[in-house]
Amino acid sequence: MLRIEALQAIYPRLEQCVVVTIMGAVSAELQSLGHRPNFFYLQHAMGLASSMGLGIALARPELQVVVLDGDGSVLMNLGGLTTLARYQPRNLVHVVFDNESLLSVGGFPTATSTGSDLAGIARASGVPRVASVTDLEPFAVSFAEALAADQLTTIVAKVEARGPAVFLTDLPLLENRFQFQRYLKEAKGTERSER
Amino acid sequence: MPVSLTNSRLIYDSLKACNIRLLSALPETWLVHLIRMAEDDPEVALVRLAKEEEGVGISAGAHLAGVKSAMLMQNHGFLASINGIVSLAHLYKIPLVMLISYRGEFGERDPWQTQGGGVTESLLQTLGIPYRFLEHPDHVATRIGKAQALAESALKPVALLLCRDLMWEE
Repeated sequence: MLRIEALQAIYPRLEQCVVVTIMGAVSAELQSLGHRPNFFYLQHAMGLASSMGLGIALARPELQVVVLDGDGSVLMNLGGLTTLARYQPRNLVHVVFDNESLLSVGGFPTATSTGSDLAGIARASGVPRVASVTDLEPFAVSFAEALAADQLTTIVAKVEARGPAVFLTDLPLLENRFQFQRYLKEAKGTERSER
Repeated sequence: MPVSLTNSRLIYDSLKACNIRLLSALPETWLVHLIRMAEDDPEVALVRLAKEEEGVGISAGAHLAGVKSAMLMQNHGFLASINGIVSLAHLYKIPLVMLISYRGEFGERDPWQTQGGGVTESLLQTLGIPYRFLEHPDHVATRIGKAQALAESALKPVALLLCRDLMWEE
């Protein structure tokens, strides 16, 4: 499956969620589908998107948080998986797009290309719901189930190592940051119950 | 263990007075009482970390979501957090209140702490992070309050160095 197709499949549901993405291709592809004020793109600090998602989820349990992560980023903060599992926020869905490479910086292979199993690591860390998918339809189903589950879920989605032609967008980092904070300030917290 | 319970309580109460409601922490000897106080406090969410840099992400998320937080770490934890501080907190103008136990300073008897002690202040200066010492009970409450005020107004990390004279009773 292509990551852009996976993003398209869940894009309508993301409207009701607080979304934190990693840098590079994930950020550029989600923006290409249409930026929303409830999307935050962490354009650096590899590994910390899941930690940011945890901070938001703990601070605002009434909001549904979605982290769109990647294999390279998760590998940089494997300990963060154990912290997620430790606090198990019910309002967090952690999607890991695993293309087995550092696509945004030359496509060099990550350790998932030689067998490291992020779903297995998440499970062994204590994440209560873990799904591993390789095709589009099961991915969309897993994501919908995770939103409905009311339990921390990590979905590892194997995707092809193909990304957008360009990574730069016309959204300045700080505009994104302050718009996102404003969205969270005004969010009423009905998003979870009404999704 | 001669970590000052009285002064730990003073620090903790000062954090609470600033409306800090989330504390991330990775234990070290000088922080034991502070962490236990957070454990016993239903008004504060204690997030135990695997590595201190996670705390930068957690505090960033909490800030954007409207919750005030602080980070408890040893100075070696600060060293381990520097990429997150630069590429998240500085890049995105995120306030951080970092309480850093200043090991390896005058009076340190553990040889393994001395190298980190020698670079802590120069790294804070290089990173442009404002910092003050917490070394006497008289100024703990005001310095914590002022540190948080600056972090919030400047939207940047600030550090309070927890010093031996405050934390350790010999």
